[in-house]
Amino acid sequence: MHRKYELVYVVSPDASEDQVTELHTQVEGIVQKMGGQLEKTENWGRRKLAYEIGRHKEATYVLEVINGSGELMKEIDRRFKNIDVVIRHLVVRVDAEQAVVERTRSKRTEGSRRRRVARGLPPDRQPGEGQRGDADDDRDDRFDMTEDMR
Amino acid sequence: MNGGRKSFGGGRGKGKAGAGQQGKDGQRRPMFRRRKVCKFCSDKIDDINYKDTKLLLPFVPERAKILPRRISGTCALHQRKLRTAIMRARQLALIPYTAE
Repeated sequence: MHRKYELVYVVSPDASEDQVTELHTQVEGIVQKMGGQLEKTENWGRRKLAYEIGRHKEATYVLEVINGSGELMKEIDRRFKNIDVVIRHLVVRVDAEQAVVERTRSKRTEGSRRRRVARGLPPDRQPGEGQRGDADDDRDDRFDMTEDMR
Repeated sequence: MNGGRKSFGGGRGKGKAGAGQQGKDGQRRPMFRRRKVCKFCSDKIDDINYKDTKLLLPFVPERAKILPRRISGTCALHQRKLRTAIMRARQLALIPYTAE
């Protein structure tokens, strides 16, 4: 059973570029060996950490989207726990949530299209249609928040 | 005695004003409050993702605690999703646990 997972790992700033790429190839190796595919890799580069980890104030983030079995992710998780340059890592299963998001999104557009057709309008919104003068509405909500906190 | 009268005269207005801001004529009028709506419902944001710090940060004000539903007006479903997203983002140090 193949599922879609996201793996994010935070690499210590002391690590060199080569070490980061080496980690990536390591992940690639495990994925290939255990019959998964690497769908996407994203290097977010060096970012400031929200809080200090050890004595580090910033670190390199890498995101990998992996198609594979739970066993595969377990193996990756196990390995990452033992690598010192990786100061944080997170594995999240994303396929189920993405499916739900897709469904609600398509449901909504379908519904609005149907309603628009029922009103005798073309199914898609035309440019310049509809007047939403209260675009800055959500800004005002913040004042309400502070007001309530008293 | 004079002072006492004075405070009595003003007391009527003031006592009521504590509850509602426009406590004129001793009538208690509820303070106007804008109806709060869920940001995610109104903006049609389906995906509350832990990677999207820009989206999450308004919900963790100064102290870095998660803003309660009672204040933000977020609906139950989205508050739940928001919570998991914030907790994941915290693990990766994208969002603070606390403010020092």
